[in-house]
Amino acid sequence: MATRLKPVDAVVIGVGWAGSIMANELAKAGLKVVGLERGRYRGQEEFALPGIHDELKYNRRLELFEDLSRSTITCRNNTGEVARPMRRHGPFPWGEGLGGAGFHWAGWTWRHSPWSFKMRTNTIERYGERAIPTDATIQDWPMTYDELEPYYDKFEYAIGLSGKAGNLNGEIQAGGNPFEGPRSREFPNPPLRKSYGMAVFEEATRSLGYHPFPMPAAQTSRPYTNPDGVGMGACLYCGYCMNTGCEVAAKATPQTTVLPAAMQTGNFEIRAHAAVTRINTSGNRATSVTYVDGRGRELEQPADIVLLTAFTWSNTQQLLVSGIGKPYDPATGAGNVGKNYSWHGAMPYIPLYYDDGHVFNPFMGAGALGMSFSDLEGDNFDHTGLGFIGGIFMTYFQLGSGPMMYQPTPPGTPGWGSEWKQAVAHYYNRSLQVVGFHDHLSYRGNYMDLDPNYADIYGNPLLRLTYDIGPNEIRMSDYMVGVGHEVAKAMKPSRYAVYGLPKRFDAGANYFVIHQVGGAMTGSTPENSVVNKYMQSWDVPNLFVIGASAFPQITAYNPTGTVGALSYMSADAIINQYLKNPGPLVS
Amino acid sequence: MDRRRFLSILSSTVAALGSANVLAVHKVAALGTMKKAYTFFTGAESAFIEAAVARIIPADDLGPGALEADASYFIDQQLTGDYGAGARFYNQGPFGATTPYQGYQLPLSPRDLYRVGIAATDRYCRETYGKDFAQLEPAQQDEVLQGLQGVAGDVAFEEVPGATFFSHLLTDAKDGFFADPAYGGNKDMVGWKLVGFPGVPAQYTEFIERHNEAYDVEPVDLGSMQHAGMHQEHLHAVHRRAAVPRRTTAPAPRPVDPDEPYDWKSGPRFSV
Ligand SMILES: Cc1cc2nc3c(=O)[nH]c(=O)nc-3n(C[C@H](O)[C@H](O)[C@H](O)COP(=O)(O)OP(=O)(O)OC[C@H]3O[C@@H](n4cnc5c(N)ncnc54)[C@H](O)[C@@H]3O)c2cc1C
Ligand code: SF4
Repeated sequence: MATRLKPVDAVVIGVGWAGSIMANELAKAGLKVVGLERGRYRGQEEFALPGIHDELKYNRRLELFEDLSRSTITCRNNTGEVARPMRRHGPFPWGEGLGGAGFHWAGWTWRHSPWSFKMRTNTIERYGERAIPTDATIQDWPMTYDELEPYYDKFEYAIGLSGKAGNLNGEIQAGGNPFEGPRSREFPNPPLRKSYGMAVFEEATRSLGYHPFPMPAAQTSRPYTNPDGVGMGACLYCGYCMNTGCEVAAKATPQTTVLPAAMQTGNFEIRAHAAVTRINTSGNRATSVTYVDGRGRELEQPADIVLLTAFTWSNTQQLLVSGIGKPYDPATGAGNVGKNYSWHGAMPYIPLYYDDGHVFNPFMGAGALGMSFSDLEGDNFDHTGLGFIGGIFMTYFQLGSGPMMYQPTPPGTPGWGSEWKQAVAHYYNRSLQVVGFHDHLSYRGNYMDLDPNYADIYGNPLLRLTYDIGPNEIRMSDYMVGVGHEVAKAMKPSRYAVYGLPKRFDAGANYFVIHQVGGAMTGSTPENSVVNKYMQSWDVPNLFVIGASAFPQITAYNPTGTVGALSYMSADAIINQYLKNPGPLVS
Repeated sequence: MDRRRFLSILSSTVAALGSANVLAVHKVAALGTMKKAYTFFTGAESAFIEAAVARIIPADDLGPGALEADASYFIDQQLTGDYGAGARFYNQGPFGATTPYQGYQLPLSPRDLYRVGIAATDRYCRETYGKDFAQLEPAQQDEVLQGLQGVAGDVAFEEVPGATFFSHLLTDAKDGFFADPAYGGNKDMVGWKLVGFPGVPAQYTEFIERHNEAYDVEPVDLGSMQHAGMHQEHLHAVHRRAAVPRRTTAPAPRPVDPDEPYDWKSGPRFSV
C-alpha cells in the first residue's frame, strides 16, 4: 500500500525540458510544485573540466542516457512480428536524470514552418487529396504558427538562442533563413562564429542558388542573461557538447536556463530517483501519481494538476498503464493513445573527403554549429510530379567530433588493418559531413502500445513500438540523394558518397537523429486527438501531457524549439485560464 | 610492513625455490611493478586478444598499432567493469526468434561473448590450421578475422554468431586506440597523435575562425590535466605546437560500387 504524501498544487512527471519549463512558470506564479524525476540529480556544478571531456564515458558508454537495465522499449517493423526489447541504445538513445535529454542534447533549435501546422490542408489545397498516401494519417495541428510565435520567442529568449532572423514581422532579412515564419524580434544572440567547413558549404550551396544561413544554435555566442536573471557564459567551441554537459554554462540546458529560476522561487521541489508508475484517477480527475523512490518505497503524491512531461515513450506508456484515453488500434483505426508515432533519420547523409590543401579541425565545434539551407524544406518547392510531399533542410554541421566517434574513411576502404589506419590518419582532419533531416508522415501502421511479453523493473509493461519507414519517405529519399550529389559536387571534394534512407528501419543501427514524436497528439477534437491545443487531456482536464508526444507527425526540423513553445503556451493557459476556472479549456 | 622487510621476506621465501624462480621474483621487485595486468582474460585469451588487436590496427610505417597502444589491456579493463557485465543493458527474457532488424538479442553479456567467441575462434583455428589464433601467420589471422566478419569465408560457430563477436572486437580495439589513456589504452596518446586530435583541453574561440589552418599540437590527456591541478577551475591548458608536423598521404582509392548501401551500424556515431 503506497504511503500518501501531503497534497501539492502541481506535480511534474519527468524533469527534462518540458518539465523544467512548466515547473518554472507555475512556481513563479505561486503554485507549490513537486518534480518527480526517475533518474539522478545532476547539477551544472559537477560538469567541470577536465572530467567531462571524455569520449568513452559520454559518447560510447552513453553515461547520461537511460539505464536500459531498468526500462526500455520493444521494437518490431510490423504487427506480424514479435517485438524484441532494445537491449542496448541503438538508433536513437534517449535521456534520463535531471534535465532529461535537454542536458546532453546538441541544441539545433528550430521553429516549425507555418506550412507544417496545416500540412494536410495545405497539401490537399495545392496538390489534391491524392497527393497524400493512402495509409498516411497526417493531420493538422489545432493551432497556427502565429498563435505559437510568442511562445517560440519566449523559449528562445529563455535559452539565449544564437542565430540570425530571416523574417522579421514579414520582412525578409539578409543572412537569415528566408523561408522561416515571421519572427517578432531578432534572436537574443548573434550567430556563432563561422568555421572553414561552414564557409565551404555556404559558398557551394549559394552557387547552386540555395539560401544558406547559420543554423539556430542553443550555444551562446556571447555571455547572456535571460529574462529570469539566469546568467550564461559564452561558448568556447570546445567540441565536447553533444552527449555531455557544458563547463561554462554556454549550452542551454534546463540547468543553465530555467531550473535555477524555478529553484529560486522556493516553490519547486525536485525529487530524484522517483520513478512514476501510474497516474491515479477518479472519474475524469487525476487525483495523484504513484512513484517508487530511491529507498524502494511506493509513494502516492496527490496534486491538483498533473503535468506529464516524461518524453514520448513514458508519456505514452503512462497514459496506457493508467487507463487514460482509448488505446489506438491499428486494425480498426479507433482510439488515439499511441497513434501517429513518427521519427526521422538522416536523408541524405553525405560524407566528403578532401586531399592536401584542406584541413577542417573537426574536433573544434559546438553542438549546433552549422550552416543550413531550407529551400527544400516542407513545401518550399513545387512537388508536382515528384511523388512525395514534405522535404528536408540540409546542414553542414560541426558539433565537435573526437576520433572515437568519427573515423572517416572513403567508401571502399576496408574496416580495419593498415589501409584503414592510413585512411583515418589522412582523412580525420580532411573530411566534412553534410546531412539532411526530413519530414516523415505518420501512417496507420506506425504506433505504440503496451508490450505483452516484457516489463520494466517496476513491473509495468514496456512500451512497444511498431514502426517502419514509409513509402513517401523512400520516394523522397531517392529525390534527395540526387540533390545530395549536386551539393557534394559543388563542395569540390576529391571523393564523396551520398546515402539515402535504408529500406527498413533497423533497431540495431545508429541513425544520428533521435526525435520521437506522437502517441499523445494534439488536435481539434477528442475524436482526433489525446490533448487539445493547450496540451490538456480531453479525458482528464487536470492532466496536461506535454512534449513531442503531441506532434501529429514529425517535420524535418528538430523538435525541441517546438516542445519549448508548446510548454510555454500550455503554462500560459494554465496560469491565465485554467486556474481561474479549472475545467476543459476547449469545449 | 615496510618495503625492505617485505622484500627480504620475499627473497628468503624464494631462496627455498629453484634459482629460475629467484631470478623472476627479483626482476619483478627491481621493476617496482608499474606493469599493466590482465584482470579478466586468461593467459590463452590474452594471447588471442593481443594477436587480434595487432591485426585490427597494425604497427606499420605510420607508427604504433593497437597492441603497442595497450588496447588489449583497455578491452580487459572494460570487460571487468560495467560494460563487460552488460550492467546498463536490458538483459531480461524472453529470448527467441528475432528479425535481422532488432539489434543485439543474445543473452550473453559482452564478457561472456568474448569468452565464448575467443574459445570458438581458437577451436576453429586448431581445426583448420592446427594452431591457436595467436600462433598463426599474420595473413592467416587476417583470413580468420575476415571470416568472422563475414567479408570473406564463412566462419560459423555453433555457440555465437562470429560477426557479432567480431563487431565487438573491432569497436573495442579501436576504442582502445582512441579512448583517453586513463582507461588503459591509447598509450602515449599514439591514437591521438596518429590522427592529430588534441585531446582534452579545448578552447577554440579564436581558432575556429582561422580557416584551413592546421591545429598541429601535442595532445593532452585527462591525467596530465588533473595532475596539473586543472580540475579546480574552468582552466584550459594551452597546447604546445607539435614537435614534428603531421604528414599523411591518402591511400589509393579502391573501386566503389555506387549502389552499395550505407552501413548504418558502423559509421560515425552522433546524435542530434
Ligand atoms: C544526444 C541528444 C541530442 C539531441 N539534440 C537535439 C537537437 O540538436 N535539437 C533538438 O531539437 N532536439 C535534440 N534532442 C532532443 C531533445 O533533447 C528532446 O526533444 C528534449 O529533451 C525533449 O524534452 P522533454 O522534456 O520532452 O523530454 P526529456 O528532456 O527527455 O525529459 C524527460 C524526463 O522525464 C523523465 N522520465 C521519464 N519517465 C519517467 C517516469 N516514469 N517517472 C519519472 N520521470 C520520468 C526522464 O528521465 C527525463 O529526465 C537531442 C536528444 C539527445 C538525446
Ligand atoms: S561547445 Fe560551447 S556550449 Fe558546447 S560544451 Fe563546449 S563550450 Fe559549452
